[in-house]
Amino acid sequence: MKVLYFAWLRERLNKGEEEVSPPAQVATVGDLIGWLAAEDEAAELAFAKRHLIRAAVDGKLATHETPVAGAEVVAFFPPMTGG
Amino acid sequence: MDVRVTSEPFDPGAEANAFIARTQGAGAAVTFTGIVRSKAEDPILALELECYVDLAQAQITAILAEAASRFSLLDATVIHRHGRLVPGEPIMQVMTAAPHREDAFRGAEFLMDYLKTDAPFWKKEVTPTGERWVEAKAEDDEARERWGQ
Repeated sequence: MKVLYFAWLRERLNKGEEEVSPPAQVATVGDLIGWLAAEDEAAELAFAKRHLIRAAVDGKLATHETPVAGAEVVAFFPPMTGG
Repeated sequence: MDVRVTSEPFDPGAEANAFIARTQGAGAAVTFTGIVRSKAEDPILALELECYVDLAQAQITAILAEAASRFSLLDATVIHRHGRLVPGEPIMQVMTAAPHREDAFRGAEFLMDYLKTDAPFWKKEVTPTGERWVEAKAEDDEARERWGQ
């Protein structure tokens, strides 16, 4: 599974994307955040404010409850500030 | 319907003229241009817009379709830049055409409100003293909420 990071998440993690292989019990976007945050201290800090973490699964906006089983690309980002 | 997510500058006047010229049967066209702003009391040197391009294209396309059906738009275009922009540069343009002005105005407002909260762009301000990410505003969420789901 490819994971993409944008804006301050990308900066805090110091990477724009990575390949990950989460275990089977990682069922949802929220589970994936928890699993990624447990990786190291930088990740724990980057994901600390869970309510500010938005996600997209395979190119569609998702919630923390969205399933990630079989997903190819999961993107994480802060609230959007377009327009 | 046209969606353009681009790092290239665009000419708002030329875009407006082309939009109006190709719109058949409209009685009203509304064009809105967003401009990079630098406040005198808190100046910025540049605005860096990060974008998830594939998702932006998909999100804006979906928002346009929704606007077209709600407000009977005959045509609509969204142009949104990403990359580094300086104050005074056009950042985005929304154009709507409808039989009557009310739908054209409301359609454009609807599109603007949704772009603020639902299009994957992130603004970073480059100031004389450093850089800072622009935080999402609660009033933008409220503006979007008034249109319902």
